[in-house]
Formats: sequence, C-alpha cells, structure tokens
Amino acid sequence: MSKSILSKKQSNLSTQEENSSLKGTFIFVMSIGSFILITWFIVFFIFVGRI
Amino acid sequence: MRQSNLALKDYQEEFEMGVDPKIKPLSMIHVSIAFVAFILGVFGGLIQGLARGGMMQLPSWVTYYQILTLHGVLLALVFTTFIIFGFLFAGMSRTHGAFSDGLRKLGWVGFSVLTLGTLLAAAMILTNEASVLYTFYAPLQAHWIFYIGLALFVVGTWIEGAVLLAHFFKWKKANPGQPTPLFGFMTTATILLWIVASIGVAVTVLVQMLPWALGLTNEINVVLSRTLFWYFGHPLVYFWIMPAYMVWYLIIPKIIGGRLFSGSLARLAFVLFLLFSIPVGFHHQLMESGISEFWKYMQTILTFVVVVPSLLTAFSIFATFEQTGRAQGGKGVFNWIKKLPWGDARFFAPFMGMIIFIPAGAGGLINASFQLNAVIHNTLWVVGHFHLTVGSTVVLTFLGMSYWLIPVLTGRRFTRHANRCGIVQTWLWAIGMFFMSGAMHLLGLLGAPRRTAYATYSDHPQALQWFEGIFTSHITVGVGAVMLTAAGVLAFYNYIYLAFLAPKGETEFPMTPDPIDTQQSPKFLENWKLWIGIAVVLIIFAYTIPIYEMIVDAPPGSPTFNNLIK
Amino acid sequence: MHLHKYEKIWLIFGVGSLVLFLLVLGVSAFAFGHQPPSHMGKVDSQNLAQDPVFSNPGVTQINETTYQATIIAQAFGYEPSVVEVPEGSTVIFQVTSKDVVHSFTIPETNVNFMVTPGHVNMATHTFNEPGEYLVLCNEYCGTMHHMMQMRIEVTPK
Repeated sequence: MSKSILSKKQSNLSTQEENSSLKGTFIFVMSIGSFILITWFIVFFIFVGRI
Repeated sequence: MRQSNLALKDYQEEFEMGVDPKIKPLSMIHVSIAFVAFILGVFGGLIQGLARGGMMQLPSWVTYYQILTLHGVLLALVFTTFIIFGFLFAGMSRTHGAFSDGLRKLGWVGFSVLTLGTLLAAAMILTNEASVLYTFYAPLQAHWIFYIGLALFVVGTWIEGAVLLAHFFKWKKANPGQPTPLFGFMTTATILLWIVASIGVAVTVLVQMLPWALGLTNEINVVLSRTLFWYFGHPLVYFWIMPAYMVWYLIIPKIIGGRLFSGSLARLAFVLFLLFSIPVGFHHQLMESGISEFWKYMQTILTFVVVVPSLLTAFSIFATFEQTGRAQGGKGVFNWIKKLPWGDARFFAPFMGMIIFIPAGAGGLINASFQLNAVIHNTLWVVGHFHLTVGSTVVLTFLGMSYWLIPVLTGRRFTRHANRCGIVQTWLWAIGMFFMSGAMHLLGLLGAPRRTAYATYSDHPQALQWFEGIFTSHITVGVGAVMLTAAGVLAFYNYIYLAFLAPKGETEFPMTPDPIDTQQSPKFLENWKLWIGIAVVLIIFAYTIPIYEMIVDAPPGSPTFNNLIK
Repeated sequence: MHLHKYEKIWLIFGVGSLVLFLLVLGVSAFAFGHQPPSHMGKVDSQNLAQDPVFSNPGVTQINETTYQATIIAQAFGYEPSVVEVPEGSTVIFQVTSKDVVHSFTIPETNVNFMVTPGHVNMATHTFNEPGEYLVLCNEYCGTMHHMMQMRIEVTPK
C-alpha cells in the first residue's frame, strides 16, 4: 500500500457529507444478534433433551 | 449528527510523532521473543493434532502432556504477553512522546525479569519437571523452579506495566486539561486490569504453591487455588483481547482511510472491561463442588454484563467501516464494503479476526451459561472455542499488526511481497481454523474430552465415533492443524523477512486521530480512582463470601502429587 | 455521549437477549432444579478408608427405580470400575477423589462434573436405554489420564 493512495483517501474524507447512513452496520449487528440467539437456544435444547 | 467520524478539517497532521528510536530495541525484542514462542508453539500444536488423531506416534522421550503444556504456555502466555508489551511500548512512545531514560531503563529491568521467569518455566517444562499444563492445577505438582518462573513472569509484567502507567500519568501532568489520547487511555485500562487480575495468580503461586512445592507446607487447599487461578484466568483473556481491540479501534480506521466512529463509546467499552471482567471467574468452575449455586449464578450475571462492551465494539467498528466506505463513494446498503482495502494484509488479517469473533463470542456465551456448561465443560468444544478467541481473533489481529510494527521498529519497508504473504497466511489460518475448531466444537457436543492423548477407551463405540465422522472427527482436527502450521510458518517467515531482509525505508505507524467527539468526552470517564474503586467493590462482592467459606470451612488439604506427571 | 438511533436499538436487542438468557437459566435452575453440580459435602481425601460413606464404594438401591452409586476417582480409574443398574433406573452419583482433580463424565449426557479432592460432587441421571455407558475423566490427572474410564451397564428389563 503506497503512501500516496493513503493520503488521497484521507483528503477525500473532508469533502464528505455528515449524514452518512449506518443501515449496513445495523443489518450486520442484528444478524450477529440473531446468530447468537439461535446458537444459544440450540445448545439449550440439547441440554434439555439430555435431562 | 454529532457522531460522524468524518473530520471537518484534517487536524490529524498537526501533531505527528514517530516512535522514539531509543525505545525501538525494547519494543522489538518483545516482538522477536513473541515470534519465536509463536513458531515453537505452532509446531507443538501440529504434533498434538496428529498424535491425538492417531496419525502419528510420539517418540518415547516426550509425552503428549509435556507438549500440550509447552503449547499452552508458549502461545497463551509467552506469545501474547510479549507481543502486547512490544505493541504498547511502541504505541505509547508514538502517542505520548519519548519515554524518559529512567523509565526506559526500568522497562529493560522489567523485560529481564519477565524473560528470566519465562526461561526458568520453559526449562522445567522441557525437562519434564512441569507437565502440569498451563493451568497448573494443584495438587498435581511441578518442580518449585517452575513456580519461581511464574512468579518472576508476573513481577516482570508488573514492572513493565508500571513503566507504561508512569509514562501516561507523566503526560497527563504535563498536559493539564487536555483530553487524553485514546491510546493512553486504553493502555492504562489494560494495564490496570492486568495488575488487579494478576494479584490472584501471584497469591496462589507465592502463598500456596511455592511453599508447598518446597516442602515448607504439607497440604494445599485445592478449591481455593483453583478459585484464585480463575480470578486471574478470565481477565487474562481480556488482557489479550483489549490490545486487539486497540488495534481495531485505533489502527484499522487509519489503515482504511477513515476515522473512529466515537471516542466516548470506545472509552466506555474499556472502562466496562476493567469493571466487569474480573468478578466472573466462577464461570470456569460451574461444574465443581465447594462453591454454592447462588455465587455461581451471581458471577454468571456479571459475566453477561461484560458482553456489553463487545456489543458496543461490534457496532463502533462496523460503523467506522460503513462511514469510511461511504465517504469514499460507496453506495447502497452494502456496496460500500467494496471500498475497504481488501488487498491490504494490515486490514485483512484483523478483519478476519473480527469475523471469527462472532462464533467465538456466541460460543463464549454458551460456555458461561450456568447449567448449560454441563453440555460442553472440559470437552473439545472449549478448545475449539478458545482457538477462535485467542487462537484466531487475537492471533490474526496481532499478526496483522506485526506486519507494520516490525518494519517500523527495524526501519524497513512493508513490501508488496510481505503483504502477499500476509494475505495468504490469513486465508490459510482462517480455513485451517474452520476445519480444526469446527470439528472440535462438534466433537465436544458428542462428549470428546479436551486435554487427552489419543484414546479409544477400550474401543467403546462412543469413543470410536469421534474418529469416524465425515467432518466431526479427530482426523479433521489434524488436517486443520496441518493448514494452521503452514500459516504459522508463513507468518514466521514474514517476521524474519520484515525484521532482517526487507529493503530499508520508512513504514507508517498507522494511528487514527482522536475522534471528533474527544473534546466532549465526559470527564468522569477519566476518573481512574473511581473505576478502580468500583472494580474492587465488585470483586469484594463476588468473591468475599465464597472465598471466606473456602478457607474457614476447608476440608483437609491435599499433599503433593508430583509422581503422576512423570 | 450520544448514541446513534441504530446503536440504541442494537443495544436494547443485545442486552434484552442477555436478560432473556439469564431468565431462562435462572428459572430452569432455581424453579425446576436443573442446577449445576455444586455439592458442598466434604471428606478427608487421604483417609477415605475411614469415611462412613466412601469406605464402601458401590451401588445401593434406594427405592424401586432409584439407585445411589458411590464412586471414588483416582489416578487412573474409578472404584468400582463397573456399575450395573436395570433399564429405566435413576442413578444418583456421588463421587470424590483420592488424589488429584478428576472429572466424572458420561459423554452425551448432562453428567459431567469435576471431582476435587476433599469435596464430594453429585449428579443424577435416568438411564432409559439399555447398553454399556462409557464414563471418562476429562480433567488432566497425569501421564495415563487418557486411560481413565469405567462403565455403567444398563441391563434390559
């Protein structure tokens, strides 16, 4: 990664608008949450099944 | 929106410092020892994977458990601790200016003590006098020199930690009223956590194990020693993860050409780690007698609280990615992802670590879930779990970090060649870990034990099925171990290349400027006395009564059992 | 500290999930008795021969379908090495250690607990299927740790 590309990226930043969307982030974290819920309940039902 | 990570004006250039040349050797020697430990530990892992799968027989002069002890100590303790201190010394110099001569010399003293302790412990393991695994549970007993080594190791980290703290507070004194740089804030939280946590292991080693190993006491309180170990053992994993988070919060935004989403939230996350990662050790002891259900459940609740800062981190980091991608012209809900520098190993290796942290975190929640722990306790599931957390998230983040840190320290250039090796190494590690850890998780659900050499239990059908599954098999674990070794060798080659062979030149120490909300960062976040006070109160709450009962109501203690390990 | 709208929703969802997990676990444990094995009983691990309970390890029948199995774990095996009960029996295991830390683990069941010297640990399991059940030690206890095992013979009715 050369330095010139880096500094070009940096200068782009200041021209951007403030209100950027975080929709992608939101969908991403909510899918993490769903994954956690699903795996947790899978193991919970394994536990219940083995009682 | 206040929170945008986009600067209205670029004020990052106003105050650029490099790493002080005088601290570079100290930082570099930490990194070098870390890499030597890494490659030895990786080969230990390969031998275990093959031996356990029945694909290889160990020669008579070495035992499975000796290699397992070496693997655990080298990777979980030596690699992590050394590379973390190497990173923190360089980073504190970069963000808070050169260390004073006195502090730097003290840093070398700490390094010497740390290294001496490491060598003593390693010598005992290599001579088969300490095949007690890296948890060294009593009443299995190692040679007393092993415990001296552990004690020196801890003392060495305390001295080095004190150097970092002194440097930070010196800066604060010299810059009254200024918001502290995030790097210093996070370093301080990490070191404070380490010091408070390692008191537990210091007490059990110095007060319980050493006198007992020297024959000064006849008996040891087993449950108390296990409790003190896990008082230390869980925050230990946060001592690994917090510097990895520092890379994510502070280094990655700069590499992708953006800036951090929110400084206050980053500070809050680190404070929460400091408060809630210590009073949770019982979640490693959920299946044992001598601790009541009530206190186990209390610590389960506290364990779940320490998930919150990781939830915050997930959002902050991906928001940083999204804002950066959009600022660079990315559109749509997900198209901005294409704008991230996928070809840059400094970004890609830690990114892979972040993705792997998702199943790692989900597994961790299951492990800590009170009675559910019975499903997976001490099975291969647990081994699969921590090979995702420390073995992938932390390792990949640190390897990605080393690709720029080493050339910064040695005055060389991070070349295209090194970058390509880094990308290949990351893919190999991720794919190898998918096989190894994936199979371990599933084997664990079928009851396959951890920390156990090749065994078919007199050909019991249940044990045989652990070798016969298509994916769920010890063979898959061995295949994954081979791929991981290839990745490890490549990473070690990259270390040699960047340390000794790469062309001379300048490499950037990427550090994001502090976020735009730094000036509004609430003052109370900086109140260390308050945080230490609350941390201590939580520890006292979670541990006083159960530890009191363990001591006052103790069963007769255990004598030494050093014959069982040889 | 200002939170983004999406971050608020995410934190509510995340913390809500954690609370849900804790509630499910708490109700299952404290209302339905599915507690993690946390027995508080003590013994003198070096003098088990004089212990009223552990001087005589083995199986005793408590009522028609319930048995108590008293077991000593030691490097590298269990005493007794075989326990026999009829199909459909509920077995209460009480186990202690003569030397170092072991475990008492029946793979693919919820019987999986630590056995620390000086303490007794317990678990209960109902064996609805006949067969030869494997018991193993999953805590490292020395050079021959991987050989440590016993069997539970569940005979058909």
